[in-house]
Amino acid sequence: MKEGQNTPLIQVEELKMYYPVKGGIISHTTGYVRAVDGVSFSIMEGETLGLVGESGCGKSTIGRGLVGLEKPIGGRIYYKGQDLSSLSRNDMKKIRTQLQMVFQDPYSSLNPRKHIFEILSQPMLYHGISSKNTVEKDILKILDMVGLSRNVLGRYPHEFSGGQRQRIGIAKALSLNPRFIVCDEPVSALDVSIQAQILNLLKSLQKELDLTLLFVGHGLGAVNYVSSRVAVMYLGKVVEMGEAKEIFSHPVHPYTKALLDAVPVPDPEEKQKKRDLLQGEIGDSVHPPEGCRFHSRCPYAADICRQKEPKLTEEKAGSGHYAACPIVMQGKGVQDID
Amino acid sequence: MSHLLEVQGLTTAFTGDYGKTVSVDHIHFHVDEKEVVCIVGESGCGKSVTSLSIMGLLGKGGAVTDGSVLFDGKNLLAMTEKELDQIRGNEITMIFQDPLTSLNPVFTVGNQITESIRTHMHLSKQEARERAVSLLKRVGMPDASGVMKKYPHTLSGGMRQRVMIAMALSCNPRLLIADEPTTALDVTIQAQIMELLGELQKETGMSMILITHDIGLVANMADRVLVMYAGQIIEEAAADELFANPRHPYTRALLDTVPTIRDGAGRQLVSIPGIVPENYDDMTGCRFADRCRYRKPECDSPQEDYAFGPGHKARCVVMKEGGIPL
Repeated sequence: MKEGQNTPLIQVEELKMYYPVKGGIISHTTGYVRAVDGVSFSIMEGETLGLVGESGCGKSTIGRGLVGLEKPIGGRIYYKGQDLSSLSRNDMKKIRTQLQMVFQDPYSSLNPRKHIFEILSQPMLYHGISSKNTVEKDILKILDMVGLSRNVLGRYPHEFSGGQRQRIGIAKALSLNPRFIVCDEPVSALDVSIQAQILNLLKSLQKELDLTLLFVGHGLGAVNYVSSRVAVMYLGKVVEMGEAKEIFSHPVHPYTKALLDAVPVPDPEEKQKKRDLLQGEIGDSVHPPEGCRFHSRCPYAADICRQKEPKLTEEKAGSGHYAACPIVMQGKGVQDID
Repeated sequence: MSHLLEVQGLTTAFTGDYGKTVSVDHIHFHVDEKEVVCIVGESGCGKSVTSLSIMGLLGKGGAVTDGSVLFDGKNLLAMTEKELDQIRGNEITMIFQDPLTSLNPVFTVGNQITESIRTHMHLSKQEARERAVSLLKRVGMPDASGVMKKYPHTLSGGMRQRVMIAMALSCNPRLLIADEPTTALDVTIQAQIMELLGELQKETGMSMILITHDIGLVANMADRVLVMYAGQIIEEAAADELFANPRHPYTRALLDTVPTIRDGAGRQLVSIPGIVPENYDDMTGCRFADRCRYRKPECDSPQEDYAFGPGHKARCVVMKEGGIPL
């Protein structure tokens, strides 16, 4: 993190989000899925933080927590320095408009029985962003920003293609003048030729409106394209975090390395390259492994990894590149890993 | 030399409430022995329908209306179901995107693998079981004999796909069709499965048709690539050639439009305007023309393939300079 250049818009401290597991005859809680288990990070104003990891690592849960769709069971989320959990309902309602979300599947997040004008105008009127007289003009301005024409207003969500629907989803998020938008896998459901359109749109909107984004995705190429910083998650923990170009060109944590190595690169020259593939599968988040959660799949795991849970530590002081791996951080075995 | 699989003028149409929709339109291609051919394209371009047509698995409403599919010189489309059953699951096998829907939920894994082994290889129960366990071991299944007694829903996505691969390989097929085999899987699991498929293909010498939308996988796996757009094969070339010299504007755009982890901060993705046409039956000219920045008046007349060197052809009249009409 470059000091002085930016102030944090969102700060997350030791965030914990668990889901109960029901079981037994009388359906009582038998355990918890530890979707997010003690995660801290901050998002600077005007930047895009990419959050990557495999399915079940908790990345979407963090996104939902930040916009208030799910309640954390522990830890704090600060927005512009205010602790969200300490706010009253009324104050929260005001802040909610500034925290918006774009979902993976725009079809299931748009009401099929309402036409687009209704979908876009209702929240604006409710929150007093616009009045009855001005709402149409305001909506047209937003549609123009996301590249849609005014004739979409009378149509219903099912009449649109996936890419257009995602544009409507983005328009809906923009309609309340947000400062911060969580994009939860916004392009995963789209075709490749449409993905680039949406990614470019998000990038230009961010610049134009000076938005702060959290981009959650498993498509590493897309995350690399839009993010200024990246956090890599594994089983509810952040294992590495830093500038996007640093993470993608010099990953430190063995999991990040394996993840990047697993991505097929569109270049036949690399076909012959021997890749170090991870063995095994992502562990169980109800009973995560003790110590470092990645140790069961890690080729460099030592005793210390099984005993102590590693903390995120800065790789070099001031570099803003953090990793949670005792082996790498001790300087031992770094050569092996490279 | 004759090809293992030769598809000539294959046309598949679906009849529904709103009339007939041509989904695959007069495509020609072949697969040689020991070759990995990738079919790449966006959803709705007809790549999966192509594979289902080859296998005779189109289901209700779909029918091949023209063309032939020669496997080892015999036309699969002219065969009866009974004759086809001798080849399907035996000489040609297929794995699908979602292994949970293609495995039977009420039978154990062992039951399902041994069934096809016993049907096609005429082995005893015991021999079939032994073969199934050794196959599961070969596809990297931990605790192979334990998994035999398990039901598909108790396995993870990656393990289910391994079961599917074991089943597909159980009768030593000569051709394996893999339809988006890793799309539903995480990237580290995808890498495991693709490496396994690559190894098995080399080891057994089978041919493979890999259907995918992931350009990265194509580069990793393919010997030869077919690019499909709106029901037609618009470019065909050896993988190296295709990535080095894409000729069709759609292929070029497809390569330009994919963000990769190697991109620097300066990379600007070139997005293709517009969307894939949904109804392309009545389109007479180039089907990509509406989205193409090289569009010329001649694009609206019927298109033909042009050759750009050995084994490389593309259906683009604008790019044909230096190319020879076929």
